[in-house]
Amino acid sequence: MYPEKFKYTKEHEWVLVEGDTGTIGITDHAQQELGDIVYVDLPKPGTKLEKGKSLGSVESVKAVSDIYAPVGGEVSEVNGSLAESPEKLNEDPHGSAWLVKVKLSAPAEVNGLMSAADYQAYIGAEK
Amino acid sequence: MRYLPKSDSERREMLAACGVGSAEELFAHLPEAVRLKRPLDLAPGISEYEVVDYFRARAADNANGYASFLGAGVYNHFRPVLVDTVVSRGEFLTAYTPYQAEISQGTLTSIFEFQTMICQLTGMDVANASMYDGSTAVPEAAMMAVRATGKGRVLVANTLHPEYRQVLRTYARNQGMPVEEFGYVPDAGTIDLEDLDRKMDDLTAAVIVQSPNFFGIVDQVKAAAEIAHQRGALLIVVFTEAVSLGLLEPPPGADIVAGELQSFAISPSYGGPYAGIIAAREKLIRQMPGRLVGQTVDTHGNRAFCLTLSTREQHIRREKATSNICTNQALIALMATVFMTVYGKQGLRELAEQNVAKSHYLAGQLKPRFCGRFFNEFVAKVENPEALNKTLLRKKIIGGLPLGRFYPELSDSMLFCATETSHKVEMDLVVQAVGVSRAEVLA
Amino acid sequence: MITKVRQHLSQNEGLLFERSSPGKRAYQLPELDVPAVNAAEALGADNVRPEIEDFPEVSEVEAIRHFTRLSTWNHAIDYGMYPLGSCTMKYNPRINELVARIEGLAWAHPYQPEALAQGSMEVMARLESALAEITAMDAVTLQPAAGAHGELTGILLIRALLEKRGNPRKKILIPDSAHGTNPATAAIAGYAVENVKSSESGVLDVSALEHLVTDDVAALMVTNPNTLGVFEENIIHVAEILHAKGALLYMDGANMNALVGIARPGDFGVDVLHLNLHKTFSTPHGGGGPGAGPVAVKKALEPFLPIPRLKRAGKKWAWDYKRKHSIGRVRSFYGNFGVLVRALAYILAHGGPGLRNATVDAVLNAVYIRKQLEPYYDLPYPSPNMHEVVFSDDRQAKAGVRTGDLAKRLIDYGFHPYTVSFPLIVHGALMIEPTETESKLELDQFIEAMISIAKEVESDPQMVKNAPYGTRTSRVDEVTAARKPVLRWKPGL
Repeated sequence: MYPEKFKYTKEHEWVLVEGDTGTIGITDHAQQELGDIVYVDLPKPGTKLEKGKSLGSVESVKAVSDIYAPVGGEVSEVNGSLAESPEKLNEDPHGSAWLVKVKLSAPAEVNGLMSAADYQAYIGAEK
Repeated sequence: MRYLPKSDSERREMLAACGVGSAEELFAHLPEAVRLKRPLDLAPGISEYEVVDYFRARAADNANGYASFLGAGVYNHFRPVLVDTVVSRGEFLTAYTPYQAEISQGTLTSIFEFQTMICQLTGMDVANASMYDGSTAVPEAAMMAVRATGKGRVLVANTLHPEYRQVLRTYARNQGMPVEEFGYVPDAGTIDLEDLDRKMDDLTAAVIVQSPNFFGIVDQVKAAAEIAHQRGALLIVVFTEAVSLGLLEPPPGADIVAGELQSFAISPSYGGPYAGIIAAREKLIRQMPGRLVGQTVDTHGNRAFCLTLSTREQHIRREKATSNICTNQALIALMATVFMTVYGKQGLRELAEQNVAKSHYLAGQLKPRFCGRFFNEFVAKVENPEALNKTLLRKKIIGGLPLGRFYPELSDSMLFCATETSHKVEMDLVVQAVGVSRAEVLA
Repeated sequence: MITKVRQHLSQNEGLLFERSSPGKRAYQLPELDVPAVNAAEALGADNVRPEIEDFPEVSEVEAIRHFTRLSTWNHAIDYGMYPLGSCTMKYNPRINELVARIEGLAWAHPYQPEALAQGSMEVMARLESALAEITAMDAVTLQPAAGAHGELTGILLIRALLEKRGNPRKKILIPDSAHGTNPATAAIAGYAVENVKSSESGVLDVSALEHLVTDDVAALMVTNPNTLGVFEENIIHVAEILHAKGALLYMDGANMNALVGIARPGDFGVDVLHLNLHKTFSTPHGGGGPGAGPVAVKKALEPFLPIPRLKRAGKKWAWDYKRKHSIGRVRSFYGNFGVLVRALAYILAHGGPGLRNATVDAVLNAVYIRKQLEPYYDLPYPSPNMHEVVFSDDRQAKAGVRTGDLAKRLIDYGFHPYTVSFPLIVHGALMIEPTETESKLELDQFIEAMISIAKEVESDPQMVKNAPYGTRTSRVDEVTAARKPVLRWKPGL
């Protein structure tokens, strides 16, 4: 259910590290909690992200949630398809509905994050 | 008290059901120190007839039966009878904000129509369901521009209504938003484009212009737009006389239009309640403050309306909201909607044409101070504005606004407004009085 | 069994633009008594629009039918109770509508000579005085147009005072139970927001507060009674903590309906508060406004009040603009005068004793509802409630039914829903405020409905989840409305 190759945060973001590029998204648990997503607010390419700070937000009809950067770096790519079809975030949060790609500033930051198994246990405990 | 629908026996029953012996016990849990130990020092309640008498007596102490040539942001226009008929219906008057769409389709549908008509009048893509008034719509528009451009500074024409500028400054001060004014050309009465250009820079989020401006003059909106856009700023155009939109081209090059709808069947009522609007281009939708009504469907596929994009608003976004506005001016906006419906496409134009005819008749005999083209207000040079107004009051006419209070360089001038409600007879009396006072000065 | 309502036919009606046809008209203007003027010549050909594109043209009959039909699709106080917590949906007295329309008051221009506006000024002075007495404060401004506007004014006053003392400070403390306008206002006023957690009994946690009040804190914004309907019993102590550190206490007056004639904010340490005339003082909601949000202050804040202020000049009233410490204007002219008239009419009709009786009935009604519904709905905070009561949907949630669903089912019983999902400190909140103008019959019908729904949840939860069934429209698709906003009519839509 939760891809092994991802790392996870307590705020329900995931990051996939490939070389010095990180792909960031929100987890399936997050999209379930949010309900039908209507809008995603993402940073522009070139924006410098700081680990733990808000990079944007996700909106449902009645709620807004900040998205926190699991790792720091410069935004290299933004998933443009989410503007037209925010519902993709409900349908495929771990795949085609990735949010941003970043050029990692400190790849070691990813070491503090949870594995898939740890995240699974974490959300199990949250309930 | 006639608004309390319980009998004493019902109260006793209810108290018993609550397990208390007396109503006072309901407050027993309040700390002793906070309790008010005396009756409120207010007179006892009075009957309906006495309430009417009280307010009739107050009304008698105001002007009654005077003709008026005041404009300056608040205008005398006919109010179609249908307006009060519609807004007096309990279903509109006593309804709540339409958060529960299924039982608020009346309010929601009329707001959707309102939003549409405001877009049609202003040439914008989207309009909200109202702001408190024109004066507070201006800082809200400025804050929109700041959010949208990421820049911090605002340039405002000093021909924007003086009180609107004061309100802008109050808001801007606390947002860390520098506000600088640019002036007007002395003989034209329109904005000084050179002054604007000089003061313009790349840090400016918005240029704010009013048209028709405070002097009643149709201003250089297109030219202001070019200057603003060249340096990456937005153009905000403000109007205080909504009837002008019946004839005037929607402001060319505007990114945001902020205005006041008081002219649309809203009684002057000593300053309020009125209804402001903000309308903007499509790209600024998510920066819009206030409520927005959107079209959708219900589970059977029937067209329905609901409040939408609520995540901009205070009840969800809290400190990151686009504005803190909650209650707006819905019933007042409904008055405007009925007004716009009664006049319609042809009527609004004819109404505007009548306003032009009346003001130009008066101006033709008073010689306007500025050569700029004007709608239903104009500035005239008058030797002693206060003396003129005193003379006119004796004829039960309230004259124009002496401008010295807002523009020291214009203390020898007055702002006259003539609308479709102004009679030739009254205007002739004004001309006569001006002529007399001119003669007195020369003598 | 639903006894309060029954379905009946309501007319369909399209949009004005769909009824429009060129040449139809609902107006007639008098003939001009001055020469007509060529618009293009007078205004410049470039400035004149060819037409107002797609603007509707309908006849008078169609106009009346249009709006009348639309009105029948609304619920309203005139139909029945709105148990909306913190909204105080009380009866809107019709006499108020009459007096606001009296010609001398309705047609007064804000710039007409003061000598000819004494009536309006007297009305405002009388209202200021009454509100000062009701709140035990020293001065009142009637300028703000709504509660949120009043909040902004109040926070700006606080900033001005602290600036004068040398340091405006940086943050405002706000309870996590607060209404959304509170943090939004603080942000607009240029302050950072820090949340104060409520204690286990739902009131402010005083010891936690003591740690939070530092020299960086400008004020605490509190609602009293709070959004649970519970009186903040430690409010005097809270005020002392703040004052000791040079901070101020702001009160959101939305819940004044529990206090008028019983307790006065000025007596329990409040420095500045706003009132909602469209709540406590009966002015009509009108589908979302207008309201008015007067601000009442203690002496220390008086010099900073918005200009102009009413002052006595001999035997007359005058507007005083010469107040050098004023924060300036928060809006043009003097305030929502038409709303002020209605509020004063309400106060005059009740009088001192009447206002107190209204408060007593408001609290009695809410406590009565609480007692009857306690066996059926979870009550997260057992403290005594005042004019409103907050339940949670915990019991019903076990069957998968949430507060939003219960609210929709309540519509089928003939009521407007209570306030859903607020305050945020209660999960799945049902916030209920009947107000004093509800009869025992209406209250009993409401209670019966809520009990019946609780039973329906046990026997047929799915039915409740798909409510309402009896309304003109079924549940609307808010998701699509947000994803693909359509905010205006266009031809061909």
